[in-house]
Amino acid sequence: DGRQLTPPPRMTLRERLREKISAAFYHHGLLCASYPVPIILFTSASILTCCYPLLRLPLPGTGPVEFTTGVRDYTVPSHEPQGDLGERPDWYRGPPVAYIQQVLVKAAVSPWDSSLVPVDVFRSPLGRVFSLLEEIRNHVHSDSTGVRSLEALCLQVTDLLPGLRRMQSVLPEHGCLLVSPGNYWQNQRELFDSDPDPLKTIQKHEPKGLHTSATLRDLLFGVPGKHTGVSHYNRKRVVTYTITVVLVSYDTRFLGSLRSRLKQLHPSANCSLRDDHMVHVHFKEEIGIAELIPLVTTYIILFAYIYFSTRKIDMVKSKWGLALAAVVTVLSSLLMSVGLCTLFGLTPTLNGGEIFPYLVVVIGLENVLVLTKSVVSTPVDLEVKLRIAQGLSNESWSIMKNMATELCIILIGYFTLVPAIQEFCLFAVVGLVSDFFLQMFFFTTVLSIDIRRMELADLNRRLPAEAGLPPPKPGPLRPREAPPPPRPSPHTITLQTPAFRNLRLPKRLRVVYFLARTRLAQRIIMVGTVIWIGILVYTDPAGLRTYLAAQVSEQSPLGDSGGGGLPPHLGVAPVFHAGDPTSTLSVLPAPEPTPLPENQSQGHHGSAGAGPRPQVPPAVPQITWGAEDEEGWRRLSFRHWPSLFSYYNITLAKRYISILPVIPVTLHLSPQEAIETRHPQDTRHPPPPIPKVSADLQTDLTLYKVAALGLAAGVLLVLLLFCLYRVLCPRNYGQNGVAHGRRRRGDLPCDDYGYSPPVSEISPLLLRGHSMDIECLASDGMLLASCCLAGQIRVWDAQTGDCLTVIPNHGLRRSSSSGCWEQRDGWDSVGGATEPECLGSDCREHSFSGDGLSEDEGDLLRRRSVPARPTLFTDQPDLTPLIDTNFTCQPPSHLATPPRGGFDFGGLVERAYLEHESPSPSTYPSPSSAASSSPPSAAHLQRRRSLGDAPTLPAQDRASTAGTQATADWDSSVWAMELRGNLIAAGRSSGKLELWDAVEGSLRCSNEDGVSGITALAFLNNRIVAARLNGSLDFFTVEINKPLGLLQYRGAPGRGSMPPSPCYSSEDVISCQLTRSVQCAHQKPITVLRAAAGRVVTGSQDHTVRVYRLEDSCCLFTLQGHSGGITAIYIDQTMVLASGGQDGAICLWDVLTGSRVSHVYGHRGDVTSLVCTTSCVISSGLDDLICIWDRSTGIKLYSIQQEVGCGASLGVISESLLVTGGQGCVSFWDLNFGDLLQTVYLGQSSDGQGVRQLLVLDNAAIVCDFGSELSLVYVPSVLEKLD
Amino acid sequence: MTTNLVIRGTMLFSVGVFLALVLNLLQVQRNVTLFPPDVISSIFSSAWWVPPCCGTASAMIGLLYPCIDSRLGEPHKFKREWSSVMRCVAVFVGINHASAKVDFANNVQLSLTLAALSIGLWWTFDRSRSGFGLGIGIALLATLATQLLVYNGVFQYTSPDFLYIRSWLPCIFFAGVITMGNIGRQLALYEYKVVQEKTHQD
Repeated sequence: DGRQLTPPPRMTLRERLREKISAAFYHHGLLCASYPVPIILFTSASILTCCYPLLRLPLPGTGPVEFTTGVRDYTVPSHEPQGDLGERPDWYRGPPVAYIQQVLVKAAVSPWDSSLVPVDVFRSPLGRVFSLLEEIRNHVHSDSTGVRSLEALCLQVTDLLPGLRRMQSVLPEHGCLLVSPGNYWQNQRELFDSDPDPLKTIQKHEPKGLHTSATLRDLLFGVPGKHTGVSHYNRKRVVTYTITVVLVSYDTRFLGSLRSRLKQLHPSANCSLRDDHMVHVHFKEEIGIAELIPLVTTYIILFAYIYFSTRKIDMVKSKWGLALAAVVTVLSSLLMSVGLCTLFGLTPTLNGGEIFPYLVVVIGLENVLVLTKSVVSTPVDLEVKLRIAQGLSNESWSIMKNMATELCIILIGYFTLVPAIQEFCLFAVVGLVSDFFLQMFFFTTVLSIDIRRMELADLNRRLPAEAGLPPPKPGPLRPREAPPPPRPSPHTITLQTPAFRNLRLPKRLRVVYFLARTRLAQRIIMVGTVIWIGILVYTDPAGLRTYLAAQVSEQSPLGDSGGGGLPPHLGVAPVFHAGDPTSTLSVLPAPEPTPLPENQSQGHHGSAGAGPRPQVPPAVPQITWGAEDEEGWRRLSFRHWPSLFSYYNITLAKRYISILPVIPVTLHLSPQEAIETRHPQDTRHPPPPIPKVSADLQTDLTLYKVAALGLAAGVLLVLLLFCLYRVLCPRNYGQNGVAHGRRRRGDLPCDDYGYSPPVSEISPLLLRGHSMDIECLASDGMLLASCCLAGQIRVWDAQTGDCLTVIPNHGLRRSSSSGCWEQRDGWDSVGGATEPECLGSDCREHSFSGDGLSEDEGDLLRRRSVPARPTLFTDQPDLTPLIDTNFTCQPPSHLATPPRGGFDFGGLVERAYLEHESPSPSTYPSPSSAASSSPPSAAHLQRRRSLGDAPTLPAQDRASTAGTQATADWDSSVWAMELRGNLIAAGRSSGKLELWDAVEGSLRCSNEDGVSGITALAFLNNRIVAARLNGSLDFFTVEINKPLGLLQYRGAPGRGSMPPSPCYSSEDVISCQLTRSVQCAHQKPITVLRAAAGRVVTGSQDHTVRVYRLEDSCCLFTLQGHSGGITAIYIDQTMVLASGGQDGAICLWDVLTGSRVSHVYGHRGDVTSLVCTTSCVISSGLDDLICIWDRSTGIKLYSIQQEVGCGASLGVISESLLVTGGQGCVSFWDLNFGDLLQTVYLGQSSDGQGVRQLLVLDNAAIVCDFGSELSLVYVPSVLEKLD
Repeated sequence: MTTNLVIRGTMLFSVGVFLALVLNLLQVQRNVTLFPPDVISSIFSSAWWVPPCCGTASAMIGLLYPCIDSRLGEPHKFKREWSSVMRCVAVFVGINHASAKVDFANNVQLSLTLAALSIGLWWTFDRSRSGFGLGIGIALLATLATQLLVYNGVFQYTSPDFLYIRSWLPCIFFAGVITMGNIGRQLALYEYKVVQEKTHQD
């Protein structure tokens, strides 16, 4: 059809680029939608390929990594990476931070004597640590290479960190880092001996509260606290501790001699610990809880961002699916970025977990959402392929622009030359590019699949219902989201989408519903608990494990032994040679200890197969060495070593330590010795009556504490939530409708900041003069022309409100002279008839007509149209002279009209009306009721179709024109009016176009080329476009010529036309020529006509909108997309075209290309009025709802419920000020927030007539009709904003 | 209205306190800010006055921004979405992160980078003149206050290069003001919507 592109004369480079990009995206969209499966496969393959290098990267984690080497051939690894060294990890380079040599001491008093008190279990074994320390400290190894002592080899430490003052007395400073339980007593035997309660001393240094990682006790004892056996309730009566020596360099000979010396002094029987392996432990960079908090915060923000972003995805088949696809797109683009960077040799040095959220935020989900929105808003009746392509190409420019901007920013970041930032930028660039790739290929394809699914579902739902119906009309498929409500067939009435539903609900309720629907709170708590447990396990696996292990081990053996069951271990030492321990205790100053062969001197052969002695309590504590002792440090928290070193400000992060095989030392002490070393107070401790219970009690207490803490926290949480709920949801919820009614007069609104617009400045100016309801309004800013039902045209000064000109209805004159009053307008006749009647002597009819008017107007109408008429008609003859006599006295206000007062019936009628109005102002019928009760005639039916849909023509016109159309041609009413300059163009129902001089009130010319009534007019520059009832469109040109001679020119001769005023009143001769007539512009009557920016847009009953060029009246486009007659069109200088139809749909079009930009269903019933601002579209419908839509996205922002019958009147004063008409008032709204700013009452009675027409003038004044009056309202506060 | 104002203020306050705690943690970890050792026993007891101060300030800023918007009659229309606000907060945290963790060659480079980042934050998420002006003003005030605090020995910075403080501090303040203003505007918008929906229900 008439679709043809008008190429712009010259395209700038930018435009050409834009077009090219758009075209490229279009083709790409077609491709993606055509071959979804191959493209998704291709994308997945490329993702996997790019992610493949990631396999070589170590898994993230902060746990230490171990590497075991043999002791015998150990050499300090060199710094340089040495080619291929098998499984040697790459961190195993250079010397370690330290070598850890532990001396594991197991000591027991044996045989156990009943005279011994519980303190004896650990006092004398602990006391032996001092002599051992002495031994280690003084050990010197001398051979041919020189003399080595511990002092030379050990790690010399300096001060503790300043924050650790309380540990100063316990941890060594300024010397060898050598820790042992002896540190509690400053390594002095005397202090230990004089300590009345060693346990208390140990406990004193323990931190309060729950502490699962390395405590001081763990550090000094070198074994987990549960395993030390230093407690009153030690059933095994074996005390275990270590002496930890930290060496800075490795000397095989010195360590060998120390080992053999200690072994010789304190031989360990049945000890088969392996001593040929040393373990190197590499520590990752440590993330403490303090560092974890910011990290967790960033992740929380990240998830909030993703949530809020994906929440915006709407109008698709599977919201969750698309959201998932969006997240997958972003995540895999990041993975691809890392993978590609690794592939090209860039090993990431940044902490991936830390920068990841920022990368996601930088890359963002915006593009994905924009794509979705754009595709969804394309016309639904198009093919899926085309929809995708169009959606893509619509957003192509902004996507490319955004990407270019981001790349620029990142490039700038790259040139900061800070390594960390550079690396971040590099990742971000690669991530951005791969994200773009994925968006284009992966996400677009997923979107196309989704939309296809949606349409399939739509089709499936429609098919069964329509199977039995006659063939459906070939109209477009309706999207599922927006079913047209007026449709009666049940199958199309589906649930509204969440977006639509939610708009009705307040946000608070929606939040509550959301919480209830998803059980969010429970899930969050659950997830939180899981995460907490995970963190706990992750941070201190050893601690928990040891705790659990301790629980288990305490449970089973103790229970058995207490019940006289099996002995705790298999290896019960049956034989004990009492003499041996003492002999080993004699510390000989042996210079060169010779290693004793194992299993020789000691009698504690672990006869594994020895029979248990059931009845005997374990009088002899037995010391066993098992595999778990071999690497006892494993049972410690993995933060043990880092925290020990960190006390001296030595970090182990990304470094390693080497742990040498432990040196086992077994000590057996005689009861005698234990008693000797007793402190006097030791015996005061009563033996624990029921040790097991108390031990359990102790552990239980901890558990109870934890449980109580958790309970308290839970209660607190509940209280907090309750308070939050109470705060957020006030008690009177649900009844707030009472408090927030529509504001009445005097109730001034003010916003939150106490700011209310100035009130006193807004006062309406009433323009009185018309005798009947205002029918047409036109303005050009300076002048204001109005036409009432009586056919009278008045011209007003838009600034002052003065009435400048009155153009009376010429038809009235003729009718009065001919005496045929039936041809006159209905209301005019009744008013004109009744009034003189009452003035005259015969008031017989007065009561009748007065009753009819005052009580029921519809009644009157009916009466008038049917039998009542003859009685009226009989009065007619004696009424006519009365009129004539009365009307000779001419009101002085009509000086501008030619002095033919006898014919100026309009002025008289007006006066009569004024008089009539004063006693009973409410006698005028409400137009809507008049329209509804008007007699149905054939002509009316034909007319009704166009008039009822054209918002510019009020409904009352139907009644008034019903009779006219049917009867005469020369007595017509004004159906359309336009005002430009000082010319009024009036289109009449007879098809005549008249041009009036607005100032002088004279008819300048008229044109009667058409016979069908003019339903709409557009007056632009020197062209007039008239739309006619028969669907044709006429283009007129107004030509202004200098007059050739005086009195020569006459307007087009017409029977109905008033003789033109003498030409000498004006210099110019104006002619109006029909340049072109498009006979069949539409198949059905044209309902709307708008012109702007050189375009004429018509909307018709035939569901189409046509765009014409004004200059050559050429049809550019026929826009199809509505499924009902067009009822409203908006076009402005910026070529924004919006149309609304009877189907309640609103379409936005691109005037340049003729494509549909967006399509939304907004109203139940006709769209009656449409206005666009730069950011939003405002529509009103027959449902008296005003909806405000976001122009770019097509999302409904909010809606305003109007009063009944006032839906169509709305106007936009500035970008943010909306004005709507109501019952006897106009309301001002803030467009940005939908806030009612002010309501201005036009008349005295608040419940007067509704405002049905509203015109916004250029000087920020608004004009609205108010019954027979016009109201001019200035909005001075807006004036400044317009500048 | 007042209850709404109080709720908004409370929310802004808690957000401010939370961010202050987290970001302060970052700074303390890296020994950028030194608090007196006898005060510092744990992070949450250290300098108890910092988070409430930040919270109060952020509440004020967050309430001030929409107020000024409505006074000037130019409502903020740029990117009024929660996702954008979240992005803004994330970038703000990132700027703080960078100031604490990234090793720069010298202080001037660090300060310049952070200034550019802050301006970029404003350009990306705000773009209003009032926002810019308010940000600059409050940043200057806060810097002055910090100078006074440090001068009086309440706390100190490890390597001051701008009188007593670090020269990047104003940038951080500026970014913080922009962020809080963004949040405040969004909250105000939410409130507008609630009010408007209530009015339209009947």
